[in-house]
Amino acid sequence: MLISDESFSRFIKPLVFAVSLLPVLALIMGLIHDNLGANPVESLIRNTGDWALRFLLITLAISPLRRRLAWVQALKLRRMFGLFSFFYASLHVLLYTVLDQALDWEEVVQDILERPFILMGFLAFLFMLPLAITSTRAMMRRLGAKWKKLHQLIYLIIILALLHFWWMKDAKADISEPLWYAALATLLLGERVFNVWQSRATRV
Amino acid sequence: MLIKRANDLRDHDVTDYALYQKRREFLKLLGGATLLSTSSPSRAGLFSNDNNDEITPFSDASSYNNFYEFGSSKSDPKRFAQSLKIKPWSVTVDGACAKAGTYNLEDLLGPQTIEERIYRLRCVEGWSMVIPWNGFPLANLLKRFEPSSKAKFVRFETLSDPAQMPQLKDELLPWPYVEGLRMDEAMHPLTLIATGMYGKHLPKQNGAPLRLVVPWKYGFKSIKSIVRISFVEQAPRTIWQKVAADEYGFYANVNPAVSHKRWSQKKERRLGEFFKRDTQAFNGYAEQVASLYKGMDLRVNF
Repeated sequence: MLISDESFSRFIKPLVFAVSLLPVLALIMGLIHDNLGANPVESLIRNTGDWALRFLLITLAISPLRRRLAWVQALKLRRMFGLFSFFYASLHVLLYTVLDQALDWEEVVQDILERPFILMGFLAFLFMLPLAITSTRAMMRRLGAKWKKLHQLIYLIIILALLHFWWMKDAKADISEPLWYAALATLLLGERVFNVWQSRATRV
Repeated sequence: MLIKRANDLRDHDVTDYALYQKRREFLKLLGGATLLSTSSPSRAGLFSNDNNDEITPFSDASSYNNFYEFGSSKSDPKRFAQSLKIKPWSVTVDGACAKAGTYNLEDLLGPQTIEERIYRLRCVEGWSMVIPWNGFPLANLLKRFEPSSKAKFVRFETLSDPAQMPQLKDELLPWPYVEGLRMDEAMHPLTLIATGMYGKHLPKQNGAPLRLVVPWKYGFKSIKSIVRISFVEQAPRTIWQKVAADEYGFYANVNPAVSHKRWSQKKERRLGEFFKRDTQAFNGYAEQVASLYKGMDLRVNF
């Protein structure tokens, strides 16, 4: 590798951390300078949702990158990307419950039950919680082999998140964006299926 | 009721820029007076759920638009509609009427007296604005064509010119944009043909040179850049019915009790406000228009 593990952890990781915060900084600046358009709340909710999904896809890209490009150090960033996805998803949920629903929990529950796209988003966030909680090294050690099993929930989460995004678009809307994300997710999940199939084939 | 009449504004102002400037000054005065008389000292509306209907800033009303012929994002129409040629403009009138034909815009507007109407605009997507329109009742226009007894509905069509409208090539929607009203809705005094807003010519992204404004219905009924008006016997099939009849009905009256398939219609976000406010039945115009729908099940006829 071009960079030693030590300097990767000392310089690259903090840099990636700072870059990952740029979207939220851009939103805060946009709010201050009033350039989030005529409907800033909608813009905030959509943007945080977009970034939660993007970081989820980046997280899912780490293992394929390691396998296909032999980029082992990428693994050191996986937890951080996963937690950034959770961070943006939390902002997304917070903005929705506070600004869209004004903390009217009855309305929130009704929204979840009545609208499939909200239900998908809610479930995706719900399944993210245990992953975020068990993301520490101590938890990893404590759970042992179970940790890996638990964290395979990410495959379910990405599907729920994509359905949430897709079904949110009404008949009036352009669905090319969710389709692009879905294509990327298919590629990333497909790589894993291919990997399993390949390792089985070599074993036989 | 949110109607203000400014009868000293005449139709021939439409082409005269100097008079427009004067009108703008007048509107500033008018706007100032409105603010003084109706609003609380601060922008309290920002965080409270009162019924303040402050006029939406022109910059918001002219930059946050749905005009799918120019793109599906809210900022697209302002960017791409400037290529629209609105001079010369003509409107074809046909169907069940005595005076069918193709009319120049000037001939259509000639006899009309332009007045100002401040209306709430509620989009089916859950946001709303308050816009001061300049225009005249649609009824005044329709009467001139002498519709016959066979005219039960009015069908409207937007210009569909792929050379000027980039999205027409992509077949995003089953163009042309078609909307319709029942005859009594069309003749209702609240139903307006707008040729301007905020005392200015209608911006292209807002549907220049003439558009419909039906304040008690979701915004998509208020068709833009009209080129054809037809008197028909049957309810016309609208563009959104073709796309998704289960999501967008023919009547499309603002109704907090009937949810859209993907979201509740109980509340709306007034642009400029952080929290949502309650949506009113018929967008707050129930007193004037509810009688049009007496005996109808509005859950079925949404």
